[in-house]
Amino acid sequence: MKTANRFVPFLMLGAAVMFARAPFMIHDAPMESTMGLIQKIFYFHVPAASATFLAAAVCGIASALFLWRRNPAADHVAVSAAELAVVFGIIVLATGPLWARKAWGIWWQWDVRLTMTLVMWMVFVAYLLLRRFGGPGSEVLAAAVGLFGMALVPFIYISVNYWRTIHPTTNVVPSLPPEMAAPFWWSMLAFVLLFAAILIVRVRLESSRAALEDAYAALED
Amino acid sequence: MSGFKRVMTAGVMVIVASAAALLAQTTSGFEPATNIGKESLPAGPLVYTAYAIVWLVLIGYVFMLWRRLDRVEKELREVAARIGSGKRS
Repeated sequence: MKTANRFVPFLMLGAAVMFARAPFMIHDAPMESTMGLIQKIFYFHVPAASATFLAAAVCGIASALFLWRRNPAADHVAVSAAELAVVFGIIVLATGPLWARKAWGIWWQWDVRLTMTLVMWMVFVAYLLLRRFGGPGSEVLAAAVGLFGMALVPFIYISVNYWRTIHPTTNVVPSLPPEMAAPFWWSMLAFVLLFAAILIVRVRLESSRAALEDAYAALED
Repeated sequence: MSGFKRVMTAGVMVIVASAAALLAQTTSGFEPATNIGKESLPAGPLVYTAYAIVWLVLIGYVFMLWRRLDRVEKELREVAARIGSGKRS
């Protein structure tokens, strides 16, 4: 944990520099031929979605480890990642409709990817509510919820390829021209660096809370 | 003509007359367009709002996280000091 904490300033600085440069790269990227200016939301919407999926996966893996080994550190990582899944999910669910309003003419469509993304976000909100109000022993039930949340990620990703949907398919990113690929991957890396930094800090908060509880227990003794 | 046939005939004539009146109403409602501007939802405000949301959520969350961490670690140091002073006494 202490080793990870040492990386935080560098991760934060790297993310800050990349986020500062990103708007200029996005501005210089060409407009998409059918959607025009509104397509530029893509450069933050997709990396935010990737960060959400990453958070869900980390939560699921940490939850599985906690259920297997009952390791408190795994539980700290799981609850931290769940919170990040909710935060980055808010970005995805807010920027998506803004893009959809112009591109599709509607704010929201109950198609498979949008609906399942909303459901996954609600699963992690439920995880946090369970941890907050579930009382002692809720960590185990929450871990099962976290696993379920992680299981939704591959379905959400492949859904656009197998169901008739209005949402763009997974072919978009691999087929990006270089002038669009550069700002996209730059933003993606910025989001990943920020995610890593925030996750480490959030885990530190969770560990400190646990230490505080132990300290109060020791004080009472 | 029997009574039933008279009623049926009258009913059909009422229906036909109503349909004709409705048709006349609808066909006379349209006016040819002379100068239509390009109807479009501006993308700029939507793009700026999207990026503003991203920045606000990220900066807001990082700020809140740092405050929470600062508060908890400060309380942890205070409790640790109380435990330490309790052991010494």
